Amino acid sequence: MTPDVVLVVVVGVLFATGAILLMERSLSRALLGVILFGNGVNLLLLLAGHPGGVPIVGITPAEEMADPLPEAMILTAIVITLGLTAFLLALAYRSWQLIGHDEVRDDPEDRRIVRRAERDQVSGPDDSTTEGPLAPDGFGGLDPEQVDPEPPPRRFDGPATEPPQPPGGTAGPR
Amino acid sequence: MLVLLALQFGAASVAPVLVRCWGRRACYPLALAPAAALGWAVGHTARVTDGGAVVETYPWVPGLGLDLALRVTTLSWLMVVLVGGIGALVLVYCAGYFDADEPGLGRFVAIFVCFVGAMLGVVVADNLLLLYVFWELTSVCSYLLIGQHPEQAASRRAATQALIVTTLGGLAMLVGFILVGEHAGTYRWSEIEARPPSGGAYLVVAVLLIVAGVVTKSALFPASFWLPAAMAAPTPVSAYLHAAAMVKAGIYLVALLAPVYADVGPWRPLLFVAGAGTMLLGGWAALRQVDLKLLLAYGTISQLGMLTVLVAAGDPDAALAGTTLLLAHALFKATLFLVVGIVDQRAGTRDLTVLSGLWRRMPLVGAVALLAAASMAGVPPLLGFVAKEAVFEAFVGDPPLLAALVAGSALTAGYTARFVWGAFADRPGAEPTPTRPVEPVLLLPAAALAVAGLALGPFAGGVGEALRTYPGVFGATDHHLALWHGPGLALGLSATALAGGLLLFVLFRPVRPALARLRAPFDGDTAYQYVARVLDRLAVEVTGATQRGSLPQYLGIILLVLVVGPGGVLLFGDVRPHVAAHWENPLQAVVGVVLVVAAVLAVRARRRLTAVILVGLTGYGTGLLFLLHGAPEVALTQFLVETVTIVIFVLVLRRLPTHFSRRRLRRIRWGRIGLGLAVGTVMAGLVLVARASRQAAPVSENFPQLARDFGYGRNVVNVILVDIRAWDTLGEISVLVVAGTGVASLIFQFRRRPSRARRPDLPAPGPERVWLRAGSTLHIRRRSIVLEVVVRLIFHTIVIFSIFLLWSGHNGPGGGFTGGLVAGLALALRYLAGGRHELDQAAPVDASVVLGTGLLFAIGTGLLALPLGGQVLQSARVDVHLPLVGDVHLVTSVFFDIGVYLVVVGLALDILRSLGAEVDHQIEVEEAPGGGLRTSGEQTPGVRG
Repeated sequence: MTPDVVLVVVVGVLFATGAILLMERSLSRALLGVILFGNGVNLLLLLAGHPGGVPIVGITPAEEMADPLPEAMILTAIVITLGLTAFLLALAYRSWQLIGHDEVRDDPEDRRIVRRAERDQVSGPDDSTTEGPLAPDGFGGLDPEQVDPEPPPRRFDGPATEPPQPPGGTAGPR
Repeated sequence: MLVLLALQFGAASVAPVLVRCWGRRACYPLALAPAAALGWAVGHTARVTDGGAVVETYPWVPGLGLDLALRVTTLSWLMVVLVGGIGALVLVYCAGYFDADEPGLGRFVAIFVCFVGAMLGVVVADNLLLLYVFWELTSVCSYLLIGQHPEQAASRRAATQALIVTTLGGLAMLVGFILVGEHAGTYRWSEIEARPPSGGAYLVVAVLLIVAGVVTKSALFPASFWLPAAMAAPTPVSAYLHAAAMVKAGIYLVALLAPVYADVGPWRPLLFVAGAGTMLLGGWAALRQVDLKLLLAYGTISQLGMLTVLVAAGDPDAALAGTTLLLAHALFKATLFLVVGIVDQRAGTRDLTVLSGLWRRMPLVGAVALLAAASMAGVPPLLGFVAKEAVFEAFVGDPPLLAALVAGSALTAGYTARFVWGAFADRPGAEPTPTRPVEPVLLLPAAALAVAGLALGPFAGGVGEALRTYPGVFGATDHHLALWHGPGLALGLSATALAGGLLLFVLFRPVRPALARLRAPFDGDTAYQYVARVLDRLAVEVTGATQRGSLPQYLGIILLVLVVGPGGVLLFGDVRPHVAAHWENPLQAVVGVVLVVAAVLAVRARRRLTAVILVGLTGYGTGLLFLLHGAPEVALTQFLVETVTIVIFVLVLRRLPTHFSRRRLRRIRWGRIGLGLAVGTVMAGLVLVARASRQAAPVSENFPQLARDFGYGRNVVNVILVDIRAWDTLGEISVLVVAGTGVASLIFQFRRRPSRARRPDLPAPGPERVWLRAGSTLHIRRRSIVLEVVVRLIFHTIVIFSIFLLWSGHNGPGGGFTGGLVAGLALALRYLAGGRHELDQAAPVDASVVLGTGLLFAIGTGLLALPLGGQVLQSARVDVHLPLVGDVHLVTSVFFDIGVYLVVVGLALDILRSLGAEVDHQIEVEEAPGGGLRTSGEQTPGVRG
């Protein structure tokens, strides 16, 4: 069994477009990339089995059936993608709520390590370089590891600073 | 023996409870566990001293050659006696040492008893891998005990250092063990000892690695630095782990392996140099200390060095001397540490420049210390003297080593005198240190050990007799242990050592400045610090270079690997692609073109909604392709999911900006497009190649048969989901539950709203007819009466259809997923037509309840197969005859599918509640006049509907 050109091209295009969107900073774009990727993967799975009739005993003879295993896997994958979509959208929404957009920013912790590397510092003051007792809680004031260097995320605080985005369409569900 | 080990660990697990009930007195019953080990050893004395061995074997992991092989011979018997006996005494001492309200005492005692078990395991294990396991367990216990006071930086640092150093050596040792075991074909030491495999380069490497383990564990130079730092631990720990037991593990291992490996190239030179060097440097350092505990710690290092030389020699006389010194050292060093603990506790300091006149205030303690110290210095008639005599006797034929040993003994005598004088003597011009009285419970364990050292001296012959089978392994000897050998070289050397030590002590003060400058040229601690810092810097540099914090960059790297790896194989590998036809079906080509165009446009789209619709189009297209490929069930699910997805998107997009944010860098954008195209090409190539390279028959070939005979269903796909691969499905619905909960927790910022009650104030169905009861809650401009009518008419039909799909799924198209999605869409319709209150009307339950019920249902059905005599999730068929209906065949997996259905409905409900209703609510709060609180609805409970 070999696949036909149309499906091969479709899989290729879905993966290509999915990959391009996946590497975007915008979370909702990346999510669309995930969905395109998912469609591509599902087609890939489908192509792993042979085509044929509906895999229901009594309707199609066993030897003419399409391969049921990839179908079951795809079914699982589709529904999982739904859960993932919902979750990522909730993340995008939350991100918008907190910082006004849904761009994935660089991880502050990682950036801090990069800065430390540029300054030729160690990962943090550890017990091997610290002398004397620390604050009573062990990691208290003297341990910069515990101090968040980033300012707290800005809450969206009304039209005075930045007008809330007009709701797309109507504010109601319709 | 296994029972003994289990007893220790069992006692350790109940220790926290006992301590909570009885406080520090719990140490007494817990001391019974190590005491039982001592009792066991005493009971087996006759059998072991006659040259026999107590052997027990239980299979554990046969595939790794790892079994619970336990074996006790003379050497390990001696260790069991020490570990059990001293362990019990130190535990008794703990009851007096700690305050009644000592924080973390339960944890401490538990780990301590656990350590006893681990140490017993090390000495009774016959399997080298098992020995390694226990060996590392002792390291871990030591780490936890040193770090008993984690709030102190010194304690943390010492614990980490000890752990890193000992486990590093332990890992090297493990590699050595594996080399040995793989070449010998067995990991049982008794078998390797009986038939040593021929040597070779591997053996040299293995010996080097094992010696690395010994050097770190027994704190030999240059890895000795962790032991003084470990004195941050409470004194009972120092007495037991870092003097009597754990640090002896290395000595024990050398003694165990010496009969076979003493003649292997690097063994003797390495261990002699390390041992002798450690002995001299440690003794020298001990002379300089002002802290009694540190003095003893360096003394221990020195003694460990001497012991290493003795047991590594591979000579019967040295072996006898070594085992005797091992015993004597355990007795006197544990005693001295316990005494230091008493002094520290009762006088409030252990600084020997401060202490004064203690012998008058605590004469009994002083006597005990004197007894133990005399044994340490090698004064007759104590066991230490007997051991020293044997040592000198054994090395008469090796003058350089003999000289080193005598020098080491002289240093020992010197720092012993310093210890006794410093701890107890009157200091001229100093006030006597005030002390508190010493309870018997503190003194008795120390006294017992000291008296044992005294009593065993005159009975040295008996000790030698009991231990004789171990030296016998190395060959016959006519040397015997005895208190009095008569005047000879050994006695002369003993006297020399003692005199030298006293001289050192007396001369110490004048030459102190010179001494202080004379230090080891190479400091292990500095090296450790340096290495730790370099590693840290390296980690920071590597992390900083590879982990820049940019998600697109990471994804790009992953995709790049995909392109380079499989893509490279495609280009250069021996693979041949196959294409059968242009299309199977002309319709396929049409769908394909639409799909490709939609996907490309989706990438270019700048409006969110446009992109979402285009992506949805590709989803529907994919569904059509499924249909044409012979997968109608999948196609149906795909259509439903696509619809639900679009609904969710619209719900969220109404809040997000209409356009995507502008892309910034053109260069990066082109790189992204290039990489994306490469990924697409590689994947297309993979499709071509993968299909052509199938060689085995598909595993699913007989699934139709299986589905009918064992799954009792005709829809093969559904039977795969609920029976053949039901574990997958169970995992999947668990993921769905997690995703649903995650969505809710992201949107409801503090907690879910309380259970959804139907609103009582909505217009009741009555003379004034309404289509949807909550329709009036919507703003007039947002209502659509047509939609309300349609929803009112078809909602129940859809729900019934979804249940039909669920039930018929086992034999026809449908199933839990499809049914659940249909029901979810029905709920979405109600919400879209009537708003969030209508949703509460339609489903007056909490989404989490539906999710949880579904999951429980699925799991419960899976477990139901157990009482019916099957495996978990196995389908069973129940035939019931119902009046009027006739014969009904119930398959248990249908109930599993009900669980799936409920989870999917719950997920849909959760999404509608969170991204729909709660977002509505937040919008309402924002738009409410004077509602300045933009942050969250939860902060304005009064506005909540």
